[in-house]
Amino acid sequence: MPRATSDAKLLIQSLSNAYAATPTNLKIIDLYVICAVATALIQVAYMGLVGSFPFNSFLSGVLSCIGTAVLAVCLRIQVNKDNKEFKDLPPERAFADFVLCNLVLHLVIMNFLG
Amino acid sequence: MATTALDFLPAPLRSLRLKTKQQELLLRVSTLALIYVLAFAVRLFSVLRYESMIHEFDPYFNYRTTLFLSENGFSEFWNWFDSESWYPLGRVVGGTLFPGLMVTAALLHRLLRALSLAVHIREVCVLTAPFFAANTTLVAYAFGREIWDSGAGLVAAALIAIVPGYISRSVAGSYDNEGVAIFALLLTFYLFVRAVNTGSLAWALASAFGYFYMVSAWGGYVFIINLVPLYVLVLLVTGRYSQRLYVAYNCMYVLGMLLAMQIRFVGFQHVQSGEHMAAMGVFFLLQVFFFLDWVKYLLNDARLFKSFLRITLTCVITVGALALGIGTASGYISPWTGRFYSLLDPTYAKDHIPIIASVSEHQPTAWSSFMFDFHILLFLFPAGLYFCFKRLSDATIFIVMYGLTSMYFAGVMVRLILVAAPAVCLISAIAASATIKNLTTLIRAKSKSPQAASGKTTGSKAAAKGAVDQSLPFQHNAAIALLLGAFYLLSRYAIHCTWVTSEAYSSPSIVLAARGHNGGRVIFDDYREAYYWLRQNTPPDAKIMSWWDYGYQITAMGNRTVIVDNNTWNNTHIATVGRAMSSYEDEAYEIMQSLDVNYVLVVFGGVTGYSSDDINKFLWMVRIGGGVFPVIKEPDYLVNGEYRVDKGAAPKMLNCLMYKLCYYRFGELTTEYGKPPGYDRVRGVEIGNKDIKLEYLEEAFTTSNWIVRIYKVKPPKNRS
Repeated sequence: MPRATSDAKLLIQSLSNAYAATPTNLKIIDLYVICAVATALIQVAYMGLVGSFPFNSFLSGVLSCIGTAVLAVCLRIQVNKDNKEFKDLPPERAFADFVLCNLVLHLVIMNFLG
Repeated sequence: MATTALDFLPAPLRSLRLKTKQQELLLRVSTLALIYVLAFAVRLFSVLRYESMIHEFDPYFNYRTTLFLSENGFSEFWNWFDSESWYPLGRVVGGTLFPGLMVTAALLHRLLRALSLAVHIREVCVLTAPFFAANTTLVAYAFGREIWDSGAGLVAAALIAIVPGYISRSVAGSYDNEGVAIFALLLTFYLFVRAVNTGSLAWALASAFGYFYMVSAWGGYVFIINLVPLYVLVLLVTGRYSQRLYVAYNCMYVLGMLLAMQIRFVGFQHVQSGEHMAAMGVFFLLQVFFFLDWVKYLLNDARLFKSFLRITLTCVITVGALALGIGTASGYISPWTGRFYSLLDPTYAKDHIPIIASVSEHQPTAWSSFMFDFHILLFLFPAGLYFCFKRLSDATIFIVMYGLTSMYFAGVMVRLILVAAPAVCLISAIAASATIKNLTTLIRAKSKSPQAASGKTTGSKAAAKGAVDQSLPFQHNAAIALLLGAFYLLSRYAIHCTWVTSEAYSSPSIVLAARGHNGGRVIFDDYREAYYWLRQNTPPDAKIMSWWDYGYQITAMGNRTVIVDNNTWNNTHIATVGRAMSSYEDEAYEIMQSLDVNYVLVVFGGVTGYSSDDINKFLWMVRIGGGVFPVIKEPDYLVNGEYRVDKGAAPKMLNCLMYKLCYYRFGELTTEYGKPPGYDRVRGVEIGNKDIKLEYLEEAFTTSNWIVRIYKVKPPKNRS
């Protein structure tokens, strides 16, 4: 048991050390993602308490959060300087794509909210 | 040689001389334009042979709804409650159809009107399928270029333009969902592969829109939502996971799912039905995979990562299994539908759901129809697979998976040959293009090498390769022979496709054609004769009972209310009609009274030899009726397991309503010279009950060739 806890401690420590070296703009995106996922979780918990009656409203709420989070992760992948796969993609283009996708996402959500 | 000729031209014309690149571009564009025209033109056989008309059964419903849409506007269409079908239940049309096709046709119609081209909506509907088939060739070209090269793309476009498996569902007049859906399917796949190759959100968004169009057009979208996750899973397992894949799949899935939910007929199925759960599972799996990948990247320590992996994996698997278990147990996630089961297990439908098994296009495919629909592609397909495996990439893996799965499904159900056709064309195109390219390089290298010796050409790569390969004897001649063979095969393919289109797939099946005694063509236009009779001679609120096959046509052409139609949503209602048809006349009369039936319509081919008539479909009526009402038993209609209508037939068979209605007064008629009266030309026997008396019905109308017979249900007798 002590070995496991020390392992976990070591794990968390080295993770936070490594994460500290991440550039600030990526950290901001991470915060945004965490925020979106947390909102989704709160909505799911609320659904568990109250029930999912206007199901489309519930779905649009949760999916807008998940969609936002996923799109932000995609943006994070694309603007990450260490990422070799997306060297050719300029960050401006990545951001424009991101905005476009978000626009579509939220227009559809608005239609679905009903 | 052309360049030398051009040298003599004056200077302004000389500037028109094209470089090789430009020549190639010009050639490519003009070939593609020709293919586009060809794909459209080859589908017009049916218009030339017959007339500009809607074919078959389902297209009549689509036509009727399109008419409604273009007359009343979208909002009325969306809220349309149709009281003319499924009497007395009615049908919420707006919420129970895929609106993509109708909206497309109505938009095209409006566009043409805006360009001040006064066309009738019917012409638009007739030509929608050929138009989209022509567009499909462009998508096939782009797709082929994406997975192989532009040569393969061109060959793919040419092959798909005339492949019979696709033409069968997209001739002019076959105004059905599949016509636009195959375009949407291929477009979605192309855009998705493009998104995986580039890792761009914009392409993934485009593919989500393609998916949306597909969902709005056809129920076959389930194939996409299962194939794409399967593809992602295969890439994960084979260690080809990339962040481009993550971007493409997640964006496409989330946005595509949200967009698909806007179609009312699909609704919440993406989060509730078992058929869509694979996609969701893979979505979560990808998140876990990405997270682990990221932690691994941060940690840089194998031992720590391993312990981390163990903890996370246990958690994730437990949570996933729990969620799935609870969802299924609580009935939140609905189980798979019958049609889906019958795809996985071909014998399922035969044993459990007669209404699916009764449709001929849901039968397993015979070898001959593979050969008929694909011709040489059937041989090129494995060769193309070989080439794909030789040059494995994310894109070729996709097309291989698409080809293999759709081939399997095509073997299970005849109509799914349609889904396999684009994949087969693409893979065969790779084989054809790669082979021809290799052969021509050989030939050109050979002819160039003497020139290279005289110092005229630059030492190109091909020439160098040719010099190395010279050790093989007769290589040049063999290459020429093989090339000629390839051209022979491809031209046979073109001939076969044209022949199949003109002979087999251009018949509207509402107007029948046969060869007469002197070899001339005889046209039977009995269906329309009967429907126009109904339209002109029956009260507007008359209710017509017929087998469900003819429901759409009666409402669309006869403009009368029907009891059941081709949208087989209520099995019990259909079974009631089946029961009425297979009961004795007095029992059937009670059922018909309870359903308010005024007229009964049967289709009978005994005079003309038209084999898909109601007597041949009758056993299915018995089976479907017996499935709900156990009073009806199939063995009552058979003699020693044999279905017959002559003197040896079962007594119940000889006196049931369907038999009486079909053969009423038939005993007096001589159909063929040298045969006794009452000789049924389809079954090839003399009928067993020639003296048919009708008590509760009376004959109202029989068409000129007896194909459609209409009977009036008498009102109840007065009390005496």
